[in-house]
Amino acid sequence: MVNVTINNRQVEVEEGSTILEAARKLNIEIPTLCFLKGINEVGDCRMCVVEVEGMRGMTPACITKVRDGMVVHTATPKVLEARSVVLDLILSNHDRKCLTCTRNGNCELQRLAQEFNVDEIEFDGERVEKKIDDLSPSIVRDNNKCILCRRCVAACKNVQGIGAIDCAGRGFSSSISTYKDLSLNDVNCTFCGQCIEACPVGALKEKDSTKDVWKALRDEDKYVVVQTAPAVRVGLGEEFGMEIGTNVAGKMVTALRLLGFDKVFDTNTGADFTIVEEGTEFIERATNGGTLPMITSCSPGWVRYMELNYPELIPHLSTCKSPHQMFGAIVKSWYAEKMGIDPSKIYMVSVMPCIAKKFERTRDDMQGTGFDDVDAVITTRELARMIKQAHIEFTGLEDSGFDDPMGEATGAAAIFGTTGGVMEAALRTVAEKVTGKTFDKLDYEAVRGEQGIKRASINLDGKEVKVVVASGLKNAQTILEEIKAGKADYQFVEIMACPGGCVMGGGQPIRSSKDRATIDIRSKRAGALYTIDEASTLRKSHENPVLQAIYKDYLGEAGGHKAHELLHTSYVAREKYKLED
Amino acid sequence: MKSLEEIKKIREEKRAELDLRVNTASNSREKHILVCHGTGCTSSKSPKIIENLRRIIEEKNVENVRVVQTGCFGLCAKGPIVIIRPEDVFYSLVKPEDAEEIIEKHIIGGEIVERLLCKDVDNSVVKKLDDLSFYKKQKRIALKNCGVIDPENIDEYIAFDGYKALEKVLFEMSPDDVIKTITDSGLRGRGGAGFPTGKKWEFTKIAEGDQKYVVCNADEGDPGAFMDRSILEGDPHCVVEAMMIAGYTIGANKGYIYVRAEYPIAVHRFQIAIDQAREYGILGENIWGSGFSFDLEIRLGAGAFVCGEETALLESIEGRRGQPRLKPPFPANAGLFQKPTLINNVETYANITKIILNGADWYASIGTEGSKGTKVFALGGNVVNTGLVEVPMGTTLREIVFDIGGGIPNGRKFKAAQTGGPSGGCITEENIDTPIDYESLKAIGSMMGSGGLIVMDDSKCMVNLAKFYLGFTVDESCGKCTPCRVGTKRLLEILERITEGKGEEGDIEKLEKLSRNIKNASVCGLGQTAPNPVESTIKFFRHEYEEHIKEGKCRAGECKALMNLWIDPEKCKGCGLCKRNCPANCITGEVKQPHVIDTSKCIKCGTCITKCPFHAISNK
Ligand SMILES: Cc1cc2nc3c(=O)[nH]c(=O)nc-3n(C[C@H](O)[C@H](O)[C@H](O)COP(=O)(O)O)c2cc1C
Ligand code: SF4
Ligand code: SF4
Ligand code: SF4
Ligand code: SF4
Ligand code: SF4
Ligand code: SF4
Ligand code: FES
Repeated sequence: MVNVTINNRQVEVEEGSTILEAARKLNIEIPTLCFLKGINEVGDCRMCVVEVEGMRGMTPACITKVRDGMVVHTATPKVLEARSVVLDLILSNHDRKCLTCTRNGNCELQRLAQEFNVDEIEFDGERVEKKIDDLSPSIVRDNNKCILCRRCVAACKNVQGIGAIDCAGRGFSSSISTYKDLSLNDVNCTFCGQCIEACPVGALKEKDSTKDVWKALRDEDKYVVVQTAPAVRVGLGEEFGMEIGTNVAGKMVTALRLLGFDKVFDTNTGADFTIVEEGTEFIERATNGGTLPMITSCSPGWVRYMELNYPELIPHLSTCKSPHQMFGAIVKSWYAEKMGIDPSKIYMVSVMPCIAKKFERTRDDMQGTGFDDVDAVITTRELARMIKQAHIEFTGLEDSGFDDPMGEATGAAAIFGTTGGVMEAALRTVAEKVTGKTFDKLDYEAVRGEQGIKRASINLDGKEVKVVVASGLKNAQTILEEIKAGKADYQFVEIMACPGGCVMGGGQPIRSSKDRATIDIRSKRAGALYTIDEASTLRKSHENPVLQAIYKDYLGEAGGHKAHELLHTSYVAREKYKLED
Repeated sequence: MKSLEEIKKIREEKRAELDLRVNTASNSREKHILVCHGTGCTSSKSPKIIENLRRIIEEKNVENVRVVQTGCFGLCAKGPIVIIRPEDVFYSLVKPEDAEEIIEKHIIGGEIVERLLCKDVDNSVVKKLDDLSFYKKQKRIALKNCGVIDPENIDEYIAFDGYKALEKVLFEMSPDDVIKTITDSGLRGRGGAGFPTGKKWEFTKIAEGDQKYVVCNADEGDPGAFMDRSILEGDPHCVVEAMMIAGYTIGANKGYIYVRAEYPIAVHRFQIAIDQAREYGILGENIWGSGFSFDLEIRLGAGAFVCGEETALLESIEGRRGQPRLKPPFPANAGLFQKPTLINNVETYANITKIILNGADWYASIGTEGSKGTKVFALGGNVVNTGLVEVPMGTTLREIVFDIGGGIPNGRKFKAAQTGGPSGGCITEENIDTPIDYESLKAIGSMMGSGGLIVMDDSKCMVNLAKFYLGFTVDESCGKCTPCRVGTKRLLEILERITEGKGEEGDIEKLEKLSRNIKNASVCGLGQTAPNPVESTIKFFRHEYEEHIKEGKCRAGECKALMNLWIDPEKCKGCGLCKRNCPANCITGEVKQPHVIDTSKCIKCGTCITKCPFHAISNK
C-alpha cells in the first residue's frame, strides 16, 4: 500500500494503482476519453491530465502509477485550462452533429462538452471530410466522428486478436483505417462489434435495420414475427436507465406488442432446438468417429473468424445454425403450416445482442424453407430506439409473456447468452442422452465464470468428457492453435466471439469507460440469466414440451433429414482481404 | 584479428607516417591532398575531384603524393574544399577540372594556385586553414578527426589515438572510474535536453537487468542540423569506441546505432567502421583478452522526426511504429525490449574518448559553469560562412555570427538567430552577447537543441518564421496525442491567417493560450516544445504580430499578401527599369521623374524591388 495526497486529501491505495484509481477512491472525478481499463491504457488523448508535484508539465492520470508520498492536484486552474483546450481541439476536428447521431445522449464526448460548458469552439479550423464505410451488413464506420482515441483498435487487436483496424497516417492526417483502406466488409473483420462497444462516440455503430422493421410493421400484408435472444432481456433495461442486470423480459414483450408485432416469440425456444441438435450431433460424432473436438457454431462472429483464419479446421464446427436462424426456419415452416400462413408473408425479426447476426442472416444456406430464415436483425440498442421512438414509457410497462405456442423455453436456453452457457445447456442434455439417466444436479460450475478459457472434465457414467469454453477471439485462437497442433485432449468446445459471451455482445447497450472500470457488467448481466435458469421449472432443453411436439409431429428425429434441411448449415473458407483486381 | 600489441604498433607506425597531417613543420617528403568527402562536398562533385586527382597523379607518375578522402572540414559554404598537407594550403570552391592545375602547379611545381585560395570576410586572401577567421575561434574536440583522417581507414583512426581510450578503460579503469570521469567532466547530452551524461550512465549501470543495451541516437531530424552526420561521415570509429566504453561501463554487450536512412554516406562509413573493428578483433568476444565482449548493429531510421525521441526510437528499433512511450519508466530502467538501455547522441559519444584520454579536469576547464566542453553548431541562414562550427560553451552569438560566420551578407542587418530548430526559439540583437550555454539559452526563451543555428537578417518576417517551424512540426507530429496532433495544426492555421493578412484581434492571445497548453499536455518532447518558436517570436517581436494583424503590414516584406509597395520619390531617379519589368503594367512615371505604383493593380511579384538600382522601392 502507498499513501498519496490528492487535492490535499490523503488516500491509501494499492501499489501499482493509477492516479485515476486513487482519485476515484476519494470520489474525485477525472475526465477521461481514450482510457479503457485493461484494454486501452495509452495516455494519448490527454483529457485526464493532472499536476504532480515535482513532475514537469502534466501527466495523464489514467496511466500514471502512484508513488508513495506523491502529491497530486487534479483540478488546478492550469489543469482545467489544459483539459478544456484538449476538449476544444478534439471538438474542433469533430463532426458535431449530435442531433443526428446514434450516440446522442450516450456519448462520452458529448457529456464532456456539457460538463465543460462548451459554448463555442475556440480553436476551430480545418476538418478533413472522410468517407463513411457502410458497405458491410453489420457495421458502419464514420471517421468524421472519430476522435482517434484508439479504443476500437485496442479492442480489436488486443482483446480479439484481429487487428482489422489500426491507426494510419500521422499527425493531423491520422485516421483509423483498415488494410489498404478497404471496407470492413472486405477485410478480416469478424463483425463481433467489440470496437463499437469500445468507442466513446458515434464513429462506430451498427448498420441500422430499424427502418426496415418499421416498414414491415406498416405493411398490412406482412405477418411480422419477432424473437428476442436471451441476452437482450438482461441488457435492454439499461437503455432506460435501469440497473445493470435487470431482467426486463416482461416489459420487453409488452413493448414489442405495443410496437405492433403480430407475434412475440422467444429465441430461447430456438436455443433449445440448438441444444438438442448440437447434443445429438456431438453424440453422433463421438460414437461414430466423427471430427472431434466439435466446436459450437452459434456465435456468427466466431464462425466468421474461423472461416477467415482457420478454414482448414471447419470440419470441427458443428453444422447447427444459431438459435435465431433455427427459430426463423421453424416459424416459416412448421408454424406457418400449422397456422395456415403463407411463409412468404412472414417477416421474421430477430432482436439480438449482436451485430454479427446481421451478417449471419445474409449468409448462404440460411434459407431452410427457401425463404430467408430471418428477414431483419436489430440489436438491443436498436430495439430501445424503436421503443423510444414510439414514446412507450418502458419502465412503467406491465409485464406480459411470450406468445404461444412458442413462448415456452427452458432455463438451459436462457444461459445461452453467457460464456459457458451453451456448454452447460448441452451437457445437461448430452449427459442424459448418453447415460439414459435423469440428473438433478444441473449446475456445471466449472464452465461458469469470467475467465476467457475454462477447461473442465465431466464424468458421464464412467465416460470422461473433456470440454473447453472460450470467449473472446484471442482466446479462441489459443484453442484453435491447440487443435491445429494436435494437442487437443478435449472433445467438445464452446466458443463465443465476444469476451464474456452474448451478454457483452456488440449489439448490447454501450457502457462508459468509467462503468467498465468500476462495475462488473458481465457478471451482473450473466447473473440475471442464471437467475432465470434457476427459477425455471424446465431446465433441460430436451424436456421442452413444444420441442418434443414439433419433433414428433413435424421434424422427426433430432439430427434427421428434415432437421438437417431446416436447422443445419454449411461453411465456406473466406479470403481475409478482398482486393479489387 | 589483431592483438593489443599489434594495434599499438600500428598506432606508432601510422602516427609517424601521418604526422604531416597535423604538423605544418613536418619535413616529410610526402604530400597529402585531403579532399572533403562529406555529404555537402560530395554533392558538389568532390568524388570527381578525387578521381581526377588520382588519375592525373597516375598519368603523370607523380611520386610521394597521396589523395585522401576525409570527412567534412566545416566550411561548407566554400566547398568543395581541398587541403594540401603538411603546408596546410586551403583551396575552396574547387571544381573537378581544377585537379590538373593543383597537381601541375602545386604538387609538381611547388607553387600555390592563387585563384583557388579562399577569400576571408575582410576580402583578404588566406592561404592556410588555420588563418581563416572561420576557424580561429573554434575548438575542435568532437570534430577533432573530421577532415584529418580517412574515415574509411581504421589505421588512420588508430594513428590518432584511436581505441586508446578503450584500452585505458578496459585495463586501467573500473566502470565506476569511468562514470566518475564522465560525471566530473561535466559533459551533458548533446541531443537536445542536456541531461548530465555521467548521471545517465550511472542510472543505467545500477539498473537491474540480465541484458543491457547501448544505443546511439543518430536520427538527427532538426532541419538544418548536420553535426551528427558529419561526425559519422568524418570519424565513425570515435562513436564505435565510445559506445564500447559505454557498454563496458554499464554492463552491456550489444549496441545499436539508429541512423537516418537519408544519410547513406554516414551509414556506409559506419558499416565499414564496424566491419573493420570486427576484423581487428576490437568488436567481438573477449576483446583483447579483457573479458569484455561487444558488438554493434546499425538500424535505419524510418524518416520521421519523432523517431529521434528516445522512446519512439526504441519502438522503431523493436519494429513497431515510431511513437513515444510514457516516461517514466525511462530507458535507463526499461528501454530496448524493456531492458536497461543507455541512449546518447552521436556528438555526446564523440566527446567521450577525448575525456577519457585527457581527463575530466581538462574537459571541465572548457566552457561555462554549468555547461562544459564545446558544442558543434550547424550555422546557416543569412550568414556569410555557413557550415559546421565547434566552439567552447560560453562563446557568444556575436562571436559565432560575426567572427566565425563572417556576419550578414548583402549589407543587411542582423535580426535574430534561431537555435534549437523547431523546438527552439530566437535570440535577438538584445541578447546577442549572451554566452551560449544550456542555461542561458533557456533563460532567454530558446534552447540549445541539437545545434541548428539559423541566422536571420532584417528581410525575414518573424511571424513567417514561426509559421515555417510550425509547418514542420505539423508534418512531423506522430498524431498520438491530441494537443500536438490538433493543436499544432491550429497554431499553424492561425499563423497562416496572420501572414495572409487575415489576422484578427485576439489571435495573439489565442496563440499564447494554445501554445501554453500544448506544451503542458503533450506526450513527448516534440509537442512539448513545438510552440517554442511561436512563444519566442511573440515575446521578442510582438509588435510584428500586431503590425500584421492591426495594420496589415509585414515590415520585412516577406508576407506577400501584406505587401504594399511604394517608390520613394526621394530615391527614385526615374530610370524606368521597374516600369519596363513590371508584369502587371502598374508602374507609371515620366523619364527622370519619380515613378508611382498603382497598388490596386500590383500583383506583388516583387520584381520591381529587385530591378530598381537605387533601392527606391520598398514595403510601406
Ligand atoms: C521530437 C524529438 C526529436 C529528437 N530528435 C533527436 C535526434 O534527432 N537526435 C538526438 O540525439 N536526440 C534527439 N532527441 C532527444 C532524445 O530524445 C534524447 O534525449 C537524446 O537522444 C539523449 O541523448 P543525449 O543525452 O546524449 O543528448 C529528440 C527528442 C525529441 C522530443
Ligand atoms: S459522437 Fe457524440 S458529440 Fe459527436 S455528434 Fe455524436 S453525440 Fe454528438
Ligand atoms: S467488429 Fe470486431 S473484428 Fe471487426 S473491427 Fe470491430 S472489433 Fe475488429
Ligand atoms: S472509432 Fe471510436 S473508438 Fe475508434 S478511435 Fe475513433 S473514436 Fe476511438
Ligand atoms: S458472442 Fe454473441 S454477441 Fe458476440 S458475436 Fe457471438 S453471438 Fe454475437
Ligand atoms: S507530442 Fe506529438 S509527436 Fe509526441 S506523442 Fe504527441 S503527437 Fe506524437
Ligand atoms: S511588385 Fe510586381 S506587379 Fe507590383 S509593381 Fe512591382 S513589378 Fe509591378
Ligand atoms: S490520456 Fe488519460 S484518458 Fe486519455
